[in-house]
Amino acid sequence: MNPRRRSVWPVLCWTFTTLLSVPLLSILWSVTKDSEGVWQHLSETVLGDYIANTLLLAVGVSTGTALIGVSTGWIVTNCRFPLSRILRWALLLPLAIPTYLSAYALTDLFQFSGPAQTWFRELSGCEHGDYWFPEVRSLPGAITILTFGLYPYVYLAASTGFSSQSASVTEASRTLGIGPWERFFRLALPLARPAIFAGLVLVLMETLAEFGAVDYCAVDTFSTGIYRTWISRGSHTAASQLSVCLLGIAGLVFFSEMIARQSARFHHSTQRTRMAEPAVLGRAKGYAVTVLCLTPICIGFLLPVGRFIALTISRGDSRAAELLGGLITNSLLVASLAMVVTVFTGLLLACIRRATSSPVTRTAVQIAGMGYAIPGGVIAIGVLGPIWYLEDLAVEFIEQFTNKDPGLFLSGTLLAVLMGYMVRFLAIPLNVIGAGFTRIPSTMDHAARTLGSSQVGVLRRVHLPLLRGSLVSAALLVFVDVLKELPATLILRPFDFDTLAVRVYHLASDERLSEASTSALAIVVAGLIPVVLLTRMMDDHGTATGSLQ
Amino acid sequence: MISQMGLEIQNITHRFGRLEAVQDVTLSVAPGEIHCLLGPSGSGKSTLLRIISGLLRQHQGTVSIGESVVSDASKHQLPEHRQVGFVFQDYALFPHLNALRNVLFGMSARRSQVSQERARQVLADVGLGKHLESMPHTLSGGEQQRVALARAMVRTPNVMLLDEPFSGLDVQLRQDVRETTLRVLRASKISTVMVTHDPAEAMSCADRVSVMYGGQIVQTDQPQSIYRDPVDDRIARSFGLVNLVSFEERDGRCVTPFGEWTGETRRSFKQQDCLFVRPEELFIGPPVDGEPQYDVVRMIPEAATVIYEVRGNGTPAIYVRSLATEPRIEFKRVSVRLR
Repeated sequence: MNPRRRSVWPVLCWTFTTLLSVPLLSILWSVTKDSEGVWQHLSETVLGDYIANTLLLAVGVSTGTALIGVSTGWIVTNCRFPLSRILRWALLLPLAIPTYLSAYALTDLFQFSGPAQTWFRELSGCEHGDYWFPEVRSLPGAITILTFGLYPYVYLAASTGFSSQSASVTEASRTLGIGPWERFFRLALPLARPAIFAGLVLVLMETLAEFGAVDYCAVDTFSTGIYRTWISRGSHTAASQLSVCLLGIAGLVFFSEMIARQSARFHHSTQRTRMAEPAVLGRAKGYAVTVLCLTPICIGFLLPVGRFIALTISRGDSRAAELLGGLITNSLLVASLAMVVTVFTGLLLACIRRATSSPVTRTAVQIAGMGYAIPGGVIAIGVLGPIWYLEDLAVEFIEQFTNKDPGLFLSGTLLAVLMGYMVRFLAIPLNVIGAGFTRIPSTMDHAARTLGSSQVGVLRRVHLPLLRGSLVSAALLVFVDVLKELPATLILRPFDFDTLAVRVYHLASDERLSEASTSALAIVVAGLIPVVLLTRMMDDHGTATGSLQ
Repeated sequence: MISQMGLEIQNITHRFGRLEAVQDVTLSVAPGEIHCLLGPSGSGKSTLLRIISGLLRQHQGTVSIGESVVSDASKHQLPEHRQVGFVFQDYALFPHLNALRNVLFGMSARRSQVSQERARQVLADVGLGKHLESMPHTLSGGEQQRVALARAMVRTPNVMLLDEPFSGLDVQLRQDVRETTLRVLRASKISTVMVTHDPAEAMSCADRVSVMYGGQIVQTDQPQSIYRDPVDDRIARSFGLVNLVSFEERDGRCVTPFGEWTGETRRSFKQQDCLFVRPEELFIGPPVDGEPQYDVVRMIPEAATVIYEVRGNGTPAIYVRSLATEPRIEFKRVSVRLR
C-alpha cells in the first residue's frame, strides 16, 4: 500500500519552478547560438578587462566590507561607548541608498570640479596638477563606493553572529587563560564565521550584479558589458553569452555558500543563550570607537544624502512638478504589482515546502529562489528571449487569421517587467515567510487538522494570522527593492515608461545630477522603510536574521 | 470483524525510508480505557499515535474507530474527518487566539450561542472558567495543558491521543493535572492512548500498558502484571531495580541462595537461567551462621523506602528495599532472605 496520496503540490511547485527557470535556461541555451561575430570581437577586445575588473571589484569590495562590517559588528555587540545605542541601528543606514545613487553623489562631491576639491584648492592655493587627489571614477573609486554602500550586509550578519554567542563560552575561555585578542580570533570570529560568510555572499552577489555605480565610475565589468552589448551592439545572443560567464561566477559563489553552510554550523549545547555583558569603554577609547563607527555612516549615507538635499534645495529637478507625479505613479505601480505577485508566489511555494517532505519538491523550491543570486541585467536578457519566441509564434498565428500585426503585446508590456522582478526577488518572500513558518511548530498544523481543519483551512486560520508580520516584511522588502532596481527595469520597461530609478540614471548619465537629486531623494526615503523595519527587528529580538537573505 | 472496541488497530506497519518505525502492531482500547504506550525514544510510540490520528498513513494494517474502519489498504480518512482528539507534548496552542477561541477552533458553528456555552463549560470543567480571555503565553504550563485538553475534548472525540502531555510540568503540578485529565477522560468514556516514557506514570494512571521496543509491542498487560511478570529483562529493568538470582530445582521446589521461592510463577526469563526478584521481595537481617553473608556497600535513601546494595564474595550486587520507617541496618555484614 502506498501511504502517500497523489498530491497536487509537487505539480504546482514544478510548474512555478519551470516558469521561473525559463529565463535562466534561455540564457544557458544561448551558448549554442551564433552571435554573428560579436562574441569573437568581445573576446578579442574587452572580455579580458571584464573578467579582471569583475574579479578585482569582487575581491576589493568583499575585503573592505568584511573589515568594516566585522569590526563595527563586534564593537557594537560587545562594547558600550558614546552613541553606541544609536550607532547600532545607524550603521544600517547605507542600506537605504542604492549604490548607484551613492556613486552619483560621491563622485559629484569628490571630482575635480566638485565642492571637496574646490574647497581644498581655495584653502591651499593649489592649482590643477599641483596636488594629488584620488580619482573617484576608477576601479578603486568603485570599490570604495560599493564597500561603504554594502558593508551593512556584513555588519548585520556579523552582529547577529556575535550576539548569539553565549556568555558561558566566553567565560569558559577566560578560565582557560585566553586573552581578549586571542578570544576574538580563536573563538568569536570562528563561531560567527558562518553568519559573516552569509553576509559576504550577499555582498558578492550585489557586487556582481552592480550596474549603475560601476557604469558611472567607468569601470568595465560583466554587468556593464551585458547592457552595452545589448543596447549598443543590439546582440541579444552575445549579451546572453556574457551573462553565462557572470552566471558561472555567481553560481560559484552560491554553491560555495551552500557548502560552507552545510559544513560550518554551530549550535549552542545549552538550551538558553545567556548574553555577555558589554564592556564599558573608557572616555578616550570610547570616543575613538565612536568616530570609527561614524565614519562608514558618513561616507555611506550622510554625505550622499546631504549632497542630494543640498542639490535639491539649490536647484532640484526643474521638471519635477511636471514629471515627478508620473514617475512616482509608475514606480509605485510596478513596485505594488511586483510586490503582490512575488509575495503571493512566495507564500504558495513556502506553503508547498512546508506541506511536503519530498526532497525533490523542496529542491524545486530552492531552485525557484535562486534568482536573487542572478544579476538583474542577466535576468532581463533571459526574460526577453523566451518572451520574444512566444511573441513571434503568437504574432504569426494571429496574422494568419486576422491579417493584422498585433505589435509587441508581451515584450513591450509590464508583464515582462513583472516576470523579471519575480525571478529576481522571489527569494525574499521565500526566505522571510520560510523563517516565519519555522516559528510555527508542525504540531500546531496537526492540532488544527485533528480539530477538523483541511490543509487550506490550516493556512487560512492558523498560518496566515501567524505569518502576518512576515508577510508585511516580505512585501515591504520586495516593494523597496523593486523601487531601487535599475538594470532589469532599464532593459525590460515598456517604451516611454520611466520610473524614478530610470529617471535618475538618465539624468546622472547626462551629468545633470542637480536635476536627478529630487528623484534620488524620493528613492532614499522609500529605501529607509526596510531599514526602519530591520532596526525594529533588532530592537525586538536583539538580532535581525534572515530578512536580508 | 470489527469488535465493540473504541479503538482497534491491526497489523500496523510503517516505514521511514529503510527504517521500520512500527512493525506489525496490533492493539485495542476499550471505551473509557486509559492505555499507555511505554518505551524509550525512537521506539515508535509517537509514530503510532500519528497513524491513529490520520496524520500519517500506515504502509500496512487497519485502523478502526468505533464501528468503522478509518484507514486500510483501500481508504484513508483524513485527520479532520476522524473524531480523534490529540494533545501534543508542546500543547500546540494557537498563539494568536485566546483560551476560549482556541477551544472554539474545532467547533463547527463557532459563533453560535450553543457552541460558546459548550466551550465555556468544557473550560470550566478543567478549572479554567476564569481564564477564557487569557492568551496562551500568559498561562502557566499546567493551564496551557488544560486548554489543550479542553480543545481536544470539546468535539467529543471517540478516541483521545495524548503524546507525553505531562512531561513539561513539575512533579506536583504533573500529578494534579494528570488526575484532572484522566478523571475527565474516564467519565466521558473516551478510549485514550497516552504515550509516555515514564514507567511510574504508566503504573499510576493506565488501565493497561503496552511496552514498545524497536517499533514492536513487546508486552501488553495491566501495569502491575507487567511489573511483576515482565517478559524480558529490558522491561523488568525499565520498571525499576531488579535482582537476577540463580536457583536450583530440588524435589519440585525452587531453591535460591536466599531461601525457597514460593511465588505463584517462576519468573525466570527464557534466555537466562535465573529467577527475577524485585528488591522489595527480599529483606535484610543480622548475619546467620550457615547462610551466605553479604557486605552492605551502599545505602540509597528514597522518599518512603531505603535501598541497600549488598555484595558477597565475587557475587553481583543485590538490591534490597525496606521501608524508611523500619529500623536502619547498623551492621556491616548481613544475611539476605526472601520475604
